[in-house]
Amino acid sequence: MIKLFSVKEKQEKAAMEREANGGHASRQSSGEVRVAKDISELALPRSMSIAFPNGRDDLLNFIITVKPDEGYYRGGMFEFSFAVPTMYPHEPPKVRCERKVYHPNIDLEGNVCLNILREDWKPVLSISSVVFGLSLLFSEPNPDDPLNKDAAEDLARTPKNFELNVRRAMQGGYVGQHRFSQCLR
Amino acid sequence: MSRLDVDARPPGAVDVMLKRAGRFTGPDFDPSEDISSVLRAVRVLVVGAGGLGCELLKGLAMSGFGNVDVIDMDTIDVSNLNRQFLFRSEDVGKSKAETAARRTRERVPTCEVTAHHGRIEDKEDGWYRQFDIIALGLDSLEARAYINSVCCGFLEYDEDGNVDPTTIKPLVDGGTEGFKGHARVIVPGMTPCFHCTMWLFPPQTTFPLCTLAETPRSAAHCIEYAKLIQWPAERHGETFDPDVVEHMTWVYKKALKRAETFGIEGVTYSHTQGVTKNIIPAIPSTNAIIAAACVIETLKIATMCAKGMNNYIMYVGTDGVYSHTVEYERDPMCVMCSPGIAHSVSAYATLRDFMSSIVAAHPDSLSEPSVSYRGKNLYLRGVLEDQFVDNLTARMVDLMGGRTEGLVVVNDKKMKKTSMRVRVSLSG
Ligand SMILES: [Zn+2]
Repeated sequence: MIKLFSVKEKQEKAAMEREANGGHASRQSSGEVRVAKDISELALPRSMSIAFPNGRDDLLNFIITVKPDEGYYRGGMFEFSFAVPTMYPHEPPKVRCERKVYHPNIDLEGNVCLNILREDWKPVLSISSVVFGLSLLFSEPNPDDPLNKDAAEDLARTPKNFELNVRRAMQGGYVGQHRFSQCLR
Repeated sequence: MSRLDVDARPPGAVDVMLKRAGRFTGPDFDPSEDISSVLRAVRVLVVGAGGLGCELLKGLAMSGFGNVDVIDMDTIDVSNLNRQFLFRSEDVGKSKAETAARRTRERVPTCEVTAHHGRIEDKEDGWYRQFDIIALGLDSLEARAYINSVCCGFLEYDEDGNVDPTTIKPLVDGGTEGFKGHARVIVPGMTPCFHCTMWLFPPQTTFPLCTLAETPRSAAHCIEYAKLIQWPAERHGETFDPDVVEHMTWVYKKALKRAETFGIEGVTYSHTQGVTKNIIPAIPSTNAIIAAACVIETLKIATMCAKGMNNYIMYVGTDGVYSHTVEYERDPMCVMCSPGIAHSVSAYATLRDFMSSIVAAHPDSLSEPSVSYRGKNLYLRGVLEDQFVDNLTARMVDLMGGRTEGLVVVNDKKMKKTSMRVRVSLSG
């Protein structure tokens, strides 16, 4: 244990010198340290890309674009915004689909039902894990965990009809009462 | 209100503790020293003026501390009055920090309490340097992590990795949740910091989104759905603020309606508050016990009248009383407080020179390093690499703002879960 008052005077003097020498210590939140590691190690498949709208100095906010080249959503382009909290990786990143998409696991507000984004998040997971999860959403949409119930039932009962509806939605058309975003490349 | 004249009271337990030598005193404790004047000079910052904060202020003032500051951004709510005993009904709506400071001064005139109504993040890091000890009475992990990162940011280490004692800012932390609580002493650079033991804090329980949306089974599911899905869908652009009554009522009503649709019982206004704010009812006695432990530790650090607690005590009051003291260990690779590995390169070294020299020194851990300094990335591999190539030929001394010593963080694929902290010195 330190002896506080033997060091107090010295401390003040040292602090004054430091401040005179060009300011404050600056910090990096643990979230920033970890996300820098994640981003430097992120290997994206050809069907995905990443953009940093605030430039290279803000790694906490970025956009991942998924461009499936097979499956129901081939030819489409879907942006997901990532907001990494300062408590990352203790807390998961917040991910939202920026396009209105006809998908059993994505609702009309852009909420995404992906277990590792909520109940199954663990600090050992990374941005790579989430990106992999997103690609899986498009290669294997899952009607058993519905967030858009209509789309889920459509996929489970009449896959052919679901495929047509996905196409119509990606062209910016209506499915039921809802108009979807144009997502074709 | 009756006044307590502290100077006139008979010598109490604190004086006995401070004026006698004994077997359990800390290193260099000198009972003959005029310790009460030391206690008046030492500056303590209390972070949070809620349930724990009120107890901390009372305890510190009554123990003879004479120079206390308190910071809190909140205002007093009527629901605080049962346990935050420095507040009265006429204070509802006023600043917690200012009211707590005034009430403490009134009761213990020998204690000068200065209030700061505002957010901890709005103070510059340097502001926190002026205090000798920081006592935390917070309910959020995020706020603790913030103060921890500020204090760890002060640390400086010598060439051998020994911490410079003049850069240490001791923290005393209390936390309560219902009948459970903990108190801990953090001497950054010597004992584990928050980040070293982040695993102590369980992640918040969350429910699968699709369960909330399609198959809610409990009142909490309905409340979460109203907050997470219905709020952003129906109140575009507005941020849900749990402290605004109208917001809470809105979520409560939506949740109640949803619960009725699914035949679920148990959605009440207070349950809605509990779920959305993730709070467990506060128990005043738990606050008192935990704050008392924190005050004692603060007193020990300030006077060395006894060795400090080493380093974490948990308290459980659910069935009788159980408590246990644990000595947690530092994470030698902690990204917040570890001394890092010393490495020196030439004063003229470029970033590229530095990277090849650090890889050569640690070939088992590094092959393609990414480097950051003081929160700024100097070089990042992978998807953003082309934006950093300019830095490769820049001199380290320029990238480090003219400084010849500093802590850089190095990441590499070869190191699975950790980052390497490197104390760089640019010499020769
Ligand atoms: Zn640490």
